[in-house]
Amino acid sequence: MKKYTDTGKKDTRSGFGDGLTELGKKNEDVVALCADLTGSLKMDDFKKNHPERFFQVGIAEANMIGMAAGMTIGGKIPFTGTFANFSTGRVYDQIRQSVAYSGKNVKICASHAGLTLGEDGATHQILEDIGLMKMLPGMTVINTCDYNQTKAATIAIADYEGPVYLRFGRPKVANFTPEDQNFQIGKAVLLQEGADVTIIATGHLVWEALQAAETLFEKGIHAEVINIHTIKPLDDEAILKSVKKTGCVVTAEEHNFLGGLGESVARLLSTQHPAPQELIATQDTFGESGTPEQLMDKYGLNASAIVNAVNKVIARK
Amino acid sequence: MADYKALEDLVIQVRRDILRQVHKVNSGHPGGSLGCTEFFVALYNEILERKDSFAMDGKDEDIFFLSNGHISPVFYSVLARSGYFPVSELNTFRLLNSRLQGHPTTHEGLPGIRIASGSLGQGISVSIGAALTKKLNKDNHLVYTLCGDGELQEGQNWEAIMYAAGNGVDNLIVTVDLNGQQIDGSTDNVLPMGNIKAKFEAFGWDVMDIENGNDLKAVISGMKKAKEKTGSGKPICVLLHTVMGNGVDFMMHTHDWHGKAPDDQQLENALSQNPVTLGIISPTPSPSIRIYP
Repeated sequence: MKKYTDTGKKDTRSGFGDGLTELGKKNEDVVALCADLTGSLKMDDFKKNHPERFFQVGIAEANMIGMAAGMTIGGKIPFTGTFANFSTGRVYDQIRQSVAYSGKNVKICASHAGLTLGEDGATHQILEDIGLMKMLPGMTVINTCDYNQTKAATIAIADYEGPVYLRFGRPKVANFTPEDQNFQIGKAVLLQEGADVTIIATGHLVWEALQAAETLFEKGIHAEVINIHTIKPLDDEAILKSVKKTGCVVTAEEHNFLGGLGESVARLLSTQHPAPQELIATQDTFGESGTPEQLMDKYGLNASAIVNAVNKVIARK
Repeated sequence: MADYKALEDLVIQVRRDILRQVHKVNSGHPGGSLGCTEFFVALYNEILERKDSFAMDGKDEDIFFLSNGHISPVFYSVLARSGYFPVSELNTFRLLNSRLQGHPTTHEGLPGIRIASGSLGQGISVSIGAALTKKLNKDNHLVYTLCGDGELQEGQNWEAIMYAAGNGVDNLIVTVDLNGQQIDGSTDNVLPMGNIKAKFEAFGWDVMDIENGNDLKAVISGMKKAKEKTGSGKPICVLLHTVMGNGVDFMMHTHDWHGKAPDDQQLENALSQNPVTLGIISPTPSPSIRIYP
């Protein structure tokens, strides 16, 4: 079995910040807007290097989204930055009308997604954002798994014409994908081949899926592990190919089971190739205060939960 | 020097277009559209430095955004009569498969429209973004937007108003259609906004009034004055005092016609108050549009 090495824990939001800094140097059309969370979004370097292209909008997210939409008229590529909760739910109508319906080339970049904002609690966490964004016609939805992938994705979306929601987290997590990866929007990454079960994971759960696969391998179960960094458009082909081989699937995400990746996969399988599926996700609940590890454990979003789900789904084959 | 006779004729024609569009589909917003007719005619004929062909990026020309998208009938009429699309297409307003959606959208690719609007309160933000891009592009042209007075009840406006003044967005002219009416009644009854002029000034804007927003000459000279005020470090707010439903006696000075279409007899009456100037709009629909019986 292929082994993945954590080259040193890093936060995905730093991948965003470093990607943005690199973009600032190579693409003069890239502009950045932030709603009073420059440090949290790791946008300081961009601000320092390109003060004329950095826009501090204050605690006014609706105005930020509208301004970003307007800045595309004349050719700029705006990257907005705030927490995932304030990037989506708070400004849903602004994104819907001024960005998505108007087809504007805005990159909505959201940190602190899911539960991992930890101690701040439910008001600052969001477990519904993937659903909100994927339901918007024309919106691309990306949820990256580690520092390297977030950096690569940040750079890649600048070259893609159209609205994008880029979602990443707060804590330091394993950094295991290649530094020089070719990030292709909408293209699943096959991390591990296997014949018994397909584990489809996104974001922070990809590393957990790899850990689960190792545990399962020791018990003689060969799991295929797929990293879905782009939830919309979904790589239907890669998922169907794998599930046709393994006959069952576990999806894993730091999001509500309603509206998330699991539901997208269920929709695909139910219409193309029905197969047993288990969903690792939160069960229609808000979050709460706690350390990220405690929360992931309490809400069943870790390697051991994935192993249990695999055992359940294989029994249903 | 403007040919005021020709422009006055155009004003009457635009009123006819508004009435006919709304009557044909028995829906839409004639009141605010009629109130802003002189403004739109002035803007597209005398104020905007614009190119005849439409480009979404609006580079090297002035840009206008309509924030209160429900007054689409006046916007569509003036865009068509400015050459952006065939006048005959006004016949498709609000019909299935039309580019003239009830509220303006970029989605259908109608030339002249650079942002969707209808959900209120977003236009000033978008305009600030476009104005900042003009500055980055070293493009000295201006950005204009129109919003309704009732629309200022949306909180996002005040985020934007605060930003524009705080950051010296001085290539922006925001016009507020001050007609004192909204769907449920007068703005004073629905949600009093107090002194709008004082509010803009307190936020740091350069504010001016056009006392008679339904007098074409007053609108043209007022907007020219607003233009002269740009570039001084402050964003410009023009308070355009209009009468909702202007030009049709039974629609004036009331919110009753905010979002209601005239019946056959009312249409005839309204059109008779605005006799033909440029000829009635063609009854032939655009070939790309299928109209079902």
